Amino acid sequence: MSKKETKLQGWNYSPAPESKSGASLKKQYDLFIGGKMVKPTSGKYFKTINPATEEVISEVAEANAADVDKAMKAARKAYTGVWSKMKASERGKYLFRIARLIQERAREFAIVESMDGGKPIRESRDVDVPLAANHFFYYAGWADKLDYAFPNRQAQPLGVAAQIIPWNFPLLMAAWKIAPALACGNTVVLKSAETTPLTAYKLAELIQDAGLPEGVVNIISGAGATGAAMVNHPEADKIAFTGSTDVGKIIQKAIAATHKKATLELGGKAANIIFEDAPIDQAVEGIVNGIYFNQGHVCCAGSRLFVEESVKDVVIAKLKHRMASLIVGDPLDKNTDIGAINSRSQLQTIENYIRIGLDEGADMFQTDCKLPSKGFWCRPTLFTDASQSHRIVQEEIFGPVLAVISFRTIDEVIAKANNTPYGLSAGVWTDKGSKIFNLTTKMRAGVVWANTYNKFDPVSPFGGYKESGFGREGGLHGLSAYVQF
Amino acid sequence: MERIEVLKTYKIYIGGKFPRTESGRYYPLQDKSGKLIANICLCSRKDVRDAVSAARKAFEGWSERAAFNRSQILYRIAEMMESRKALLTEECVRSGMTAKVAQQEVFNAIDRVIYYAGWADKYMQIFSSVNPVSSPHFNFSVPEPMGVITVIPPSDSPLLGFVSAIIPAITGGNTVVVLAEEKYPLTAVAMSEIINDSDVPGGVVNILTGTKKELISHMASHMDVNAIIHFGKDEAELAKVKEVSVQNLKRVLHYEYKAEAENPYFIQDTQEVKTTWHPIEVIGPSGSGY
Repeated sequence: MSKKETKLQGWNYSPAPESKSGASLKKQYDLFIGGKMVKPTSGKYFKTINPATEEVISEVAEANAADVDKAMKAARKAYTGVWSKMKASERGKYLFRIARLIQERAREFAIVESMDGGKPIRESRDVDVPLAANHFFYYAGWADKLDYAFPNRQAQPLGVAAQIIPWNFPLLMAAWKIAPALACGNTVVLKSAETTPLTAYKLAELIQDAGLPEGVVNIISGAGATGAAMVNHPEADKIAFTGSTDVGKIIQKAIAATHKKATLELGGKAANIIFEDAPIDQAVEGIVNGIYFNQGHVCCAGSRLFVEESVKDVVIAKLKHRMASLIVGDPLDKNTDIGAINSRSQLQTIENYIRIGLDEGADMFQTDCKLPSKGFWCRPTLFTDASQSHRIVQEEIFGPVLAVISFRTIDEVIAKANNTPYGLSAGVWTDKGSKIFNLTTKMRAGVVWANTYNKFDPVSPFGGYKESGFGREGGLHGLSAYVQF
Repeated sequence: MERIEVLKTYKIYIGGKFPRTESGRYYPLQDKSGKLIANICLCSRKDVRDAVSAARKAFEGWSERAAFNRSQILYRIAEMMESRKALLTEECVRSGMTAKVAQQEVFNAIDRVIYYAGWADKYMQIFSSVNPVSSPHFNFSVPEPMGVITVIPPSDSPLLGFVSAIIPAITGGNTVVVLAEEKYPLTAVAMSEIINDSDVPGGVVNILTGTKKELISHMASHMDVNAIIHFGKDEAELAKVKEVSVQNLKRVLHYEYKAEAENPYFIQDTQEVKTTWHPIEVIGPSGSGY
């Protein structure tokens, strides 16, 4: 190690926390039904905590079947009474308003997102919130242009969409669901995830400010039972779900005897493939971004790293060096790379997989960074010498845990990468363009990133092959999920 | 005593600045009773040249902006128009419209800008293709803006016609030099002020006032202009435009104005098509498998 590097190692970042004062939060949140905040019929509220401190932030209403029924009926009323009759360009104007209002309150949303979910403020500020605003902006423009998206067909809305979103990108997933549904003329009932309900309710307040007709968007919260009531409700014409493959299958089964339409965005176990001719330093950044972005709570996370054997040692050495500089800690600190694990139960799941990896005989590396005394934390973790049969290679962990497998030939890596029931995404690192296009052809996955990873854009469709679900969100293709002919 | 009204000096718009014509000339714009409304800049050939060079300078930056960013800027124009409805309506009225018709003209113009704002990051998805060539190549075609476009807007409407003539071109990443319709300079100048306040980079839109008779052949013959958008029914004028455009094979985009016409093909008309070939490596027998 050079003298300069030694010096750098001893250099510490001063805390640079984002002030919580930018976020106004209520002690209690009610359901958003028919344009109003209403008390839950259930009378029940559940606590949402900050996973970095384990402190209670707010109490949130738990919707039972009667509440779901109210929300569904409000959505139906708004659909038949107002929204389906409105001129498409005027629908679009409401969505433009929502986009602008999110932009105006972007920092506040970022702070709440990081407090409620544990993700670093740098990510909520630079990724989640701007992408959510941009998504509304993009689909706003589609509202009066559907004839061009579906030439020679008359696109009609489906009706009422029941939408269930996960806890890893709460506001962004709400935007992915609500924006295209509304643009195509549907009304929605959206359920936020149990551990991260707050930004959805902030969005509800903002939707009120936008003057959106009552009942066009209804936002409720609760756990699995609430979601089941939505899926099984007769007024639901469409189910849009993002979450685990297991739950996705339950939903698909539940609606099998109906004509309800569905799109499912489920789990993943993406292969991130590094060839010997890749720009190694850039690839190492891509590996880190691929698996440690959002604490690895990403369905498209590059959780299986395939390294060509000739560069395996150098890639792993550089990766460990890079991992050592990752800062784990306060999500509201602008220097933080890896925030808090979303919940205690998710932390237990991840820790369980780490034990399984060790038991199965893979070599583990973890950085020795300091962890805060309270809250849920997991050090960035690497398993080398993993094999295809290991559970940490087969199953989705949804945490900052990377499994490394080496390969010798291109055929071998294609076969190994595709040897999974999932097919959401893949990454390819090589300086050779012709190899990239060969690989993108061969990967059985909905998104392939070449010499980059975890890139998202409202214009770019996202979604899986195989058991990673079906349907696309984003872009022109994302409209198909919310129209019929 | 009655307050003395402050009269506005109507100027042209080149490269994000508001100069007077370099020629120092003017033409009087009068109302129906013959009363002077304003002295309008009577632009010269040299003003056209200055405007084209400003548009050329702005082209690279504007065309390379992210489509989403262009979309936001166009939306911002609509926001500024909405907040200056009163000004636009007044200028429409002073251009000869009744108050009621003027108000509808302004609403339609704002909605048209929003319509194209929505297209900025979408027309490429409609007009691009991946071409399944028989050899192992990844082959795709995308629209790209033509460059600097001169615009002769329709004489049928003071505001909606003006907006409909220029917005599709800039939505597609082109920069424009517009000659305001001789009898409708007021709304054009109001739009230059709105555009200037809407995060549109200087030089993307340049607006001149003057006479078509004097300037149209310069706008059609200028060697650093890639295309000309021409509205109108004057066949002799169109023939002249086509003839002098030949020298650099300038694209002539001719339309008859229809107030309700809005579609992405107006954007496509201002685009070239670029096709890229890239090899796909074929190694070994490996199939995609399951």
